[in-house]
Amino acid sequence: MRTDSPQTASPESPRKASPQTIVIWTVVALVCAAGWSVLALSRGEEVSAVWMVAAALGSYAIAYRFYSKFIAYKVLKVDKTRATPAERLDNGIDFHPTDRRVLLGHHFAAIAGAGPLVGPVLAAQMGYLPGTIWIIVGVIFAGAVQDMVVLFFSTRRDGRSLGQMAREEIGPFGGAAALLAAFAIMIILLGVLALVIVNALAQSPWGTFSIAMTIPIALLMGFYLRVLRPGRVSEVSLIGVALLLLALVAGRWVAESSWADTFTLAPSTLVIWLVAYGFVASILPVWMLLAPRDYLSTFMKIGTIALLAIGVIVSMPTLKMDPVTDFATRGDGPVFAGSLFPFVFITIACGALSGFHSLISSGTTPKMIQKETQVRMIGYGSMLMESSVAVMALIAASIIDPGLYFAMNAPAGVIGDTVQNASQVVGSWGYQISPEDLAAAAKNVEEASLLSRTGGAPTLAIGVSEIFSEVTGGSLRAFWYHFAIMFEALFILTALDAGTRVGRFMLQDTLGNLYKPFKNVSWKPGLVITSGIVCGLWGYFLWVGVHEPLGGINQLFPIFGISNQLLAAVALAVCTTLLVKSGRLKWAWITGIPLVWDATVTLTASWQKVFSSDPRVGFFKQRSVYQDGIDRGELIAPAKSMDDMHTIVTNSTVDGVLTAALALLIVIVIADATRVCVRHVRRPALSTLSESPYVESKIVAPAGLIPTKEEKEEARDAVGAAPGG
Amino acid sequence: MRSALHRAASRAVRGVRWYVRELTDESAYDRYVAHARKGHPDAAVPSRREFERMRTDRQEEDPRQGFRCC
Repeated sequence: MRTDSPQTASPESPRKASPQTIVIWTVVALVCAAGWSVLALSRGEEVSAVWMVAAALGSYAIAYRFYSKFIAYKVLKVDKTRATPAERLDNGIDFHPTDRRVLLGHHFAAIAGAGPLVGPVLAAQMGYLPGTIWIIVGVIFAGAVQDMVVLFFSTRRDGRSLGQMAREEIGPFGGAAALLAAFAIMIILLGVLALVIVNALAQSPWGTFSIAMTIPIALLMGFYLRVLRPGRVSEVSLIGVALLLLALVAGRWVAESSWADTFTLAPSTLVIWLVAYGFVASILPVWMLLAPRDYLSTFMKIGTIALLAIGVIVSMPTLKMDPVTDFATRGDGPVFAGSLFPFVFITIACGALSGFHSLISSGTTPKMIQKETQVRMIGYGSMLMESSVAVMALIAASIIDPGLYFAMNAPAGVIGDTVQNASQVVGSWGYQISPEDLAAAAKNVEEASLLSRTGGAPTLAIGVSEIFSEVTGGSLRAFWYHFAIMFEALFILTALDAGTRVGRFMLQDTLGNLYKPFKNVSWKPGLVITSGIVCGLWGYFLWVGVHEPLGGINQLFPIFGISNQLLAAVALAVCTTLLVKSGRLKWAWITGIPLVWDATVTLTASWQKVFSSDPRVGFFKQRSVYQDGIDRGELIAPAKSMDDMHTIVTNSTVDGVLTAALALLIVIVIADATRVCVRHVRRPALSTLSESPYVESKIVAPAGLIPTKEEKEEARDAVGAAPGG
Repeated sequence: MRSALHRAASRAVRGVRWYVRELTDESAYDRYVAHARKGHPDAAVPSRREFERMRTDRQEEDPRQGFRCC
C-alpha cells in the first residue's frame, strides 16, 4: 500500500508527492467512488457484489494511507526511538518483541470471531446499503481508531488492561463501572453466542455430530502436545484439521444412518449439553481442551476467511437483497424490531466498532509490539481486516434469495412452522418464495428445515455454500453448508470456554474481597463455585433465549449490541480522557466524536428498548401488554399458552431492567470521564498521568508491512537486526 | 535460471515455515532459550516439556492471557 517516494517518507522533509503516487491514489479514489456510486444509485437493477468490495477496499486503502497516518504521527506522535514494553520488560514469554507481520496475524486472530459474521447477517434485514455504510464508515472513523489509540496508550503503560487504565486515569468510580460493564457484557455475549449455536445445531444430526467430534479431537491434540511431542503446534494442528474434515464428512454418514436420532437434538436438550460443556471445559486444565481447541479454531478461522475472500472475488455474486428494505423505516422487521437508527448501529458491532477489541488491544498485544510506530499497522490495519470480514458476511447474506433470508431469520412465532405458512407470511412482506423453493433450499443442504434458523450462522452458511459451490460445483453444497456451521460453532465453543474462564477470573477477584480464599485462583472449591455461577448466568440467558415465544435472537441481540457498544463507550472515554490529559486537547475529537456518536446510538437504543410505546421494541410496554392479557385471561399471539404469556412477562422485565442498568453504566463512565477532562482543562496540575518513563529503543524495525527504502538502510546499518525481518 | 528458481522456492518455503512457527507460538521455546542464554551462555534452562507446562500453567492462572474476542 505504501507508495511514498523517499522524499515524502520522511516526516521532516517538505511534502512532495511523486507523479506515480498521485496517479496510484487517483486510481484508488476513482475505483472507490465508482463502487459507492453504483451501490448508492442503483435502484431495481441487479448489482454485483464486486462493487461492494471495490467501495470497501478503496475506502480502507485511503483511510489507512491518510487518516491512520495522520493519527499516528500528528495526534499520537508515535516515537520510534522509544522502547516498547516488549523491549524493556522482555522475559521471553509474554513480553517479547514480536515481528510485526506475526503480531498482525496474532492480533487479527484474536479480534475476529463470530461477531463480524453474525451482526451483518442480521442487519441485512434493513437491506445491504445501511450495513455497508456503517461497516465501512464506522471502522474508518470509530472502530479502527479505537483499537489503535487503546493499543498506543496501553503500550505506553506496560500493557495495562482497559480496566486498570480506567481506574488509574479516570478514577475508582469509573473504573468500577468499567469492570462491572465488562462482566455483564461477557455474560450476555456468552449467552447470545451459545444461542447462535443452538439455533444452528438444533434438529441437525450432521452439524451436531461434527461439532461433538471436535471434543475428542481436541482432547487427542491436547494429549499429543502435553505428553507425546510438547510444543509441536503445527504438526498437531495439521492432524487436528484433517480429523476435523473427516468428522465433517462422517457427519453426513451419521445423518443418513440409524444413529441419526441420537444426534438429532431439540433446542432445550442442546442448552443443557452446552451449559454442561461450558462448565466442565472451564474447570479442566487449559492444556486438555482449551489450548488445542484454540489452535484448531484459529486455523479454521484464518483458512475459511481466506477461502471466502477468494470465493467472493472469483464467483462475483449478484446481490439479491434490496439496497434498503421497508423495515428500515417502519421498524417492524422480523429479525429484530426497531428502525434503522439506532438499531443497525448496535446490531453491527464487530466489524464497525467493537468495544471488545479494546480488551485485546490493552493486554496481550501491547506486550508484544516491537515498535510504537507499528500501532498503526497492528491496531488500525487488523481492524480494517476484520471489517472486510464483516463486508463478506453481509455479501453472503445479501446474495441469497430475500424470501429465504426472511424465512430463515423470522421467529417461529411469526412465520409458523410449515413451508406453506412461511411462504405466505414472507410473501405478505413483499418477498415471494414458493413453499417448494423453501423445502428445496433445506433439502439442498441436507437439513430437515431452514425455517426460523435465527442467529445468523445458518444464513451465513447458506450464503457461504452458495459462493463456494459456485466455484466447486453444486454437488458439494451441503458439505460447504456444514463446513461453515462447523467453522462458526468451533470458535463459539472455544469462546464459551475461554469466556467462562475470564468471567470466573473477574468474579474470583471480586469475591476475594469478601472472602479471602477466592482470591487464590487455583483454590478448587472457589474455582468450581465461580465457574458454576458464570455458567449459570449465561446459561440462564441461553435458556430464556431458546424458550422465548417472541424469538430469542429478536429479544436478546439488541441487548448484546447495546452492551458491546457500551464497552466501546468505556474504551473511547478512556482514550479521550487520555488524549486530553496528555496535552492533546486539540485532537480529542479523534476519539471524542466517535464517543459522542456511540453514546448517542447506544443511549437512544436503550431508551427505546426501555420506554418505547411500541410493544415490539419497548420491553416494559411489551410486559404491560402481556400482563394485561394475563389479567383478562386472554392469549396474545405468538403466545400459545398462559405459560408462554408468563414467560414473556418475566423475560421482558429482566431484559428491560438489564438494558436500563447498562445505560446507567454508560452514563456513569462518561460523566466521570468528563469530570476528569474538565478538571484537567481548568487545573492541569491536579491530574496525574501514569505513563512509563522514556527509555531509548535499541531495536530497528519497520513501521509498516513493507519497509520503506529508508527503513531498509537503517536495518542494514544496525547490527544484529531482528531475524526474519 | 533453474538454481535461481530453486533458491527463490526454498526461500519461500523457509519464510512460510518461519511464519507458521511464529504465529502458532511453536517457536516459543527456542525464543525463551535464546532469551535466557543471551547474557549467560551456560544458563540452565528448562526442558521443552517443562517449559510448555509452565506456559499453560501461566494461562491457567490468568485466563485473560491470549483471550480471544467474539
